[in-house]
Amino acid sequence: MRVAAPPAKTRAAARTEQIILFRISGQPFAVSSASVQEIRSVDSLSGAATEIDQPTIRKVRHVVRRNEKALYVVSGAAHFGLPPASAALVFVLRKTRTALLVDGIDKMATMTRLQALPLAYCNEERVWYRGLTALDQNVIPVVNPEGFLTADEFALLDASLLPESLPDELAGEGMELPE
Amino acid sequence: MIPPIESTSQSFVLLRLGERRFAVAATQISELVAPSRIFRFPHRTPKLEGVILRRGRIVPVCDVAERLLGKALTSRRFYLIAVRHYGDKSEWVALPVTGDCELIAAEMTTAGEADAPHVAGWISHNGEVIEVLNLDALTPGLEEASMSGTTAVLLEARS
Repeated sequence: MRVAAPPAKTRAAARTEQIILFRISGQPFAVSSASVQEIRSVDSLSGAATEIDQPTIRKVRHVVRRNEKALYVVSGAAHFGLPPASAALVFVLRKTRTALLVDGIDKMATMTRLQALPLAYCNEERVWYRGLTALDQNVIPVVNPEGFLTADEFALLDASLLPESLPDELAGEGMELPE
Repeated sequence: MIPPIESTSQSFVLLRLGERRFAVAATQISELVAPSRIFRFPHRTPKLEGVILRRGRIVPVCDVAERLLGKALTSRRFYLIAVRHYGDKSEWVALPVTGDCELIAAEMTTAGEADAPHVAGWISHNGEVIEVLNLDALTPGLEEASMSGTTAVLLEARS
């Protein structure tokens, strides 16, 4: 007589990822919360940011100093080719000298599946996104935090900075996210 | 000496785009579905409108009418879900069509050098000569599917 194996009492927990759903020019995006170091209001940046004029990189208009490094503020709308919109928040991204201007945050969510961008997409978007995720019957692109500025663009921006042009370090008025 | 014309007998799906009909090898067709919501997001690849959700998969929608007819479709009745090959990988792609599709058997005459790359061959059906489409040449895509992250990443992998 064959005896059916008893059902497992506990299933191994599925690996999931916490994401932040946000908007740029009304368009929804997601980013892993682990890649966001801090969320600040744009107003809190205004005193610490310096204008930067690099004609070939129009999406970067401001730079701030942080831990002796230049942090470049990228307009999400300009990066993605969306209509200009007034940004209210800035995401300071981890492991890259980039801060991203966004309209606002919709909510936090849990992503259980990240699907690679279909191979039909074959241009810059392959660098922009880690992939797509389906959430509440919507498909949301999950941005790649390292896809906003290339190494060449960082070099150009660094070269355009004068050492004394950076103001004092960004004051701590933002919401710091745990790593 | 004139080389012999290569011909093969196989099944084709006839699709309608505006006033014209085209054919695709039936082996490349997955299904015909009613239009559903298109999710759009910023990108730089021409001809791609966005993606649809189909059986849990995210399927890109590619309007091929502009290339084949010279103008975009004003109305669409169905999406023809076809298999598009990218090197040794293959994925679904949704093609908007304007009318019913029909399955036929016909002999295909292989395209010649003078034909456009998106023409795989020609078939004759009810007195009409119809282009057989080469979807791999007609729709955009990474031909070298060697980039990292080109396959679905399941985060559900058991830890």
